[in-house]
Amino acid sequence: MKKPRNYKAMLSELGPLLGLIFVFALFAALTPSAFTSFYNIKTILTQSVIIGIAAFGTTFIIVSEGIDLSVGSQIALTTVVVAAVLNLPGTDPGLFYPLLALAAGVLACTGVGAFNGFVITKFRIVPFIVTLGSMQIVRGVAKWIGKEQTVPTPDNWLTNLMLIDPSPSWLVFGPGVWIALALLVVSAALLKYTVLGRYAFAIGSNEQTARLCGVKVDRMKIVIYALGGLLTGVAGVMQYSYLTVGDPTTAVGLELDIIAAVVIGGGSLSGGEGSVVGSIVGALIMAVLRNGSNMLGLPNYVQEIIIGAIIVGAVLIDQQKHRLRTAG
Amino acid sequence: MSSPVLRLEGIRKSFGPVHVLQGVDLTVRAGEVHALVGENGAGKSTLMKILSGVHQPDAGSMTLYGAPYAPSSPLDGRAAGVSMIYQELVLAPHLTVEENITLGAEHARYGWLRSRAREVERTLADLGQQGIAPDARVSDLSIGKKQLVEIGRALLFDARIVVMDEPTSSLSAADTQALFEAMGQMKEQGLAIIYISHFLEEVQEACDRYTVLRDGKMISTGPVAGTPVRRIIEDMVGRSVDELFPSGDREKGEPLLEVSDVQGRKGLPADVGFTLHRGEIMGVAGLVGAGRSEMARTIFGLEPARSGAASIRGREALRVAWMTPRAALDNGLDLLSENRKEEGLALNLSLVFNLTLSDLRRYSRAGFLQLRKERRDGARWIDVLRIRTGSVEQRADELSGGNQQKVCLARLLQQDNDILFLDEPTRGIDIGSKAEIYKLIHRLAEQGKGIVMISSYLPELLGVCDTLGVMHKGRLSPVRPVREWTEHRIMQFATSGYDA
Repeated sequence: MKKPRNYKAMLSELGPLLGLIFVFALFAALTPSAFTSFYNIKTILTQSVIIGIAAFGTTFIIVSEGIDLSVGSQIALTTVVVAAVLNLPGTDPGLFYPLLALAAGVLACTGVGAFNGFVITKFRIVPFIVTLGSMQIVRGVAKWIGKEQTVPTPDNWLTNLMLIDPSPSWLVFGPGVWIALALLVVSAALLKYTVLGRYAFAIGSNEQTARLCGVKVDRMKIVIYALGGLLTGVAGVMQYSYLTVGDPTTAVGLELDIIAAVVIGGGSLSGGEGSVVGSIVGALIMAVLRNGSNMLGLPNYVQEIIIGAIIVGAVLIDQQKHRLRTAG
Repeated sequence: MSSPVLRLEGIRKSFGPVHVLQGVDLTVRAGEVHALVGENGAGKSTLMKILSGVHQPDAGSMTLYGAPYAPSSPLDGRAAGVSMIYQELVLAPHLTVEENITLGAEHARYGWLRSRAREVERTLADLGQQGIAPDARVSDLSIGKKQLVEIGRALLFDARIVVMDEPTSSLSAADTQALFEAMGQMKEQGLAIIYISHFLEEVQEACDRYTVLRDGKMISTGPVAGTPVRRIIEDMVGRSVDELFPSGDREKGEPLLEVSDVQGRKGLPADVGFTLHRGEIMGVAGLVGAGRSEMARTIFGLEPARSGAASIRGREALRVAWMTPRAALDNGLDLLSENRKEEGLALNLSLVFNLTLSDLRRYSRAGFLQLRKERRDGARWIDVLRIRTGSVEQRADELSGGNQQKVCLARLLQQDNDILFLDEPTRGIDIGSKAEIYKLIHRLAEQGKGIVMISSYLPELLGVCDTLGVMHKGRLSPVRPVREWTEHRIMQFATSGYDA
């Protein structure tokens, strides 16, 4: 009885990965040379960095039966904050100011996350509404700081993070990809192997049980939203690196792509389910689709239709899996 | 004697290898309330699902008014006049009474709704419920009234047989009386009622005949009047009542927990104080809504307290108002929730996650979980409590009720605290698991733990506990040795607050 269970559990974890292999193989067959070139693979990976890193944070939030709609706005806020700090010294920002800018950007989002968590727990307002509000508020603040326009920045090393071909060529992939990989390992370990992660699952699966078992639910939620903000902040720095300017109007609606990545990767909006690895696979599936469709010269609307269908399809497959499980 | 309305013969049903029903007969007559009793897992719900058309029998026949009856869906069953009143109410809370009663049967002209308020009023009057206004919002009604609305809905759909599954389990005494009156009215109109209940006192009060199911078989059937309750229980349990409860006297030790003046912020409990000793099993009886669970939950810090002090192991008294579940756990208290599914378990997580959730400090170092240790201990508890499961990784919702309850208990055991509040520890589980849990409770008391056991099932309280207190409207009677109580005396205090 033990074996088939593990086998089934493995299959459900591997499901999204099989999906990724399938779409990859599909495009590889349709546009062989261009799509599978090493440069293009690097491009796809780099394109998944921003959504991926933000999805790590969102995974924690969704696992604990929360949602954060302000992620796109938070990313815009980060780019503007980073740009503002970079402009402080006037001319050459050197090594120090980019570091300061990075810290400020990440800190800003961590603050937004903590604020979301505070309002959600203190006033007992559902996360959807709270973050729907902060989505607007944070976007407004970003525009305020950026004076409603893009903020140009002097040359600095932060803009190298998202290069497809890194400057010391022995890195092979851009620093952003490596950072995402490192954060993937850290987040996956946090979710699976720490008390924090376990509590996130418990709160998402049944908040009352968590309370009964002495989990400080409110405090944990604030920590989880803050952690989500922190990772979103890192994603925001990557977005700045990609844009090389601060842009308060960037990443509108990006939170929906991020939530989609988590859901395709097996996250359940009713909590208690989801994995960091699944979420990055979800992000990669979408990146492969976009990239492959571009290669094929498919118009944008076709991509949108396909991705939409995949989101619903992934959840549908997931539900069937559950039905099988409860039946068997 | 009136003729049978419904006759089930030789009904069999299996789900995979599990033979849930093994040839059940049931005869129901017009104008009678027929009690269907049996332990959980006896097959009552499955039988009723076959009757209402949710499941189809593997073998056997059903006749309704002399004609063969084989519903292929609940809709089919309802059209034939068989209506189920489910335990979980299926009303839309935002709609009015009328909208709920006529839902799916609205009268309309060109798509515009026409009022059926008069019909609805008449139906409710037939139930003796003139007090419920058709335009009242359902969410504003008490649970009991909601149930009556649901019965009204069945009547409007011309039900001839109404099945009620544990209808009084969450009703106040007054609502229960109202329900019984409504049942009387329905009987007079020639309807047949199948009444499923665990409360044999109610069966005696409200039912005409009974049928006992056990392990998917019909054990006995007959008139309620003249049949002693004890015999019905023994038919349900399949053994003599005395074997069920472990015996053995224990010495009461030093005081473990002394609480005084506990008041909940929402009014329940009103003012409670008691002393629990080492080795003592203290029962708490009372009607639903008397504040028994609230008392335990307030002391445990799950519900806000207005006042109260709790002294643990003779130490300086803590203020109950500042108690949190974490602090309670750290001070040696633990609580088994009465709502296994809503609160006791994180259902879509694994068994081992549920087992260790209250005590992750023991299974982690610097915030990192020690998964191997956790799994090893989990496997040990599965062994000790004989939880039937595939592995520690199995999801909690894949276990049976009895095994789920054992997981909840295992969490308390591995936490190993001395003061245990057990809120309805045997609700909704089969008799075999019940006996095991009684034994376990005794063993814990022998180890010197103090146990507060809340239950709505008097025989179990009288059989298991050393001392007993009764709650009435948030107040607790003096706690006395169990032999000084009689069922009569308990019910008297529970219903009137008057201690003879």
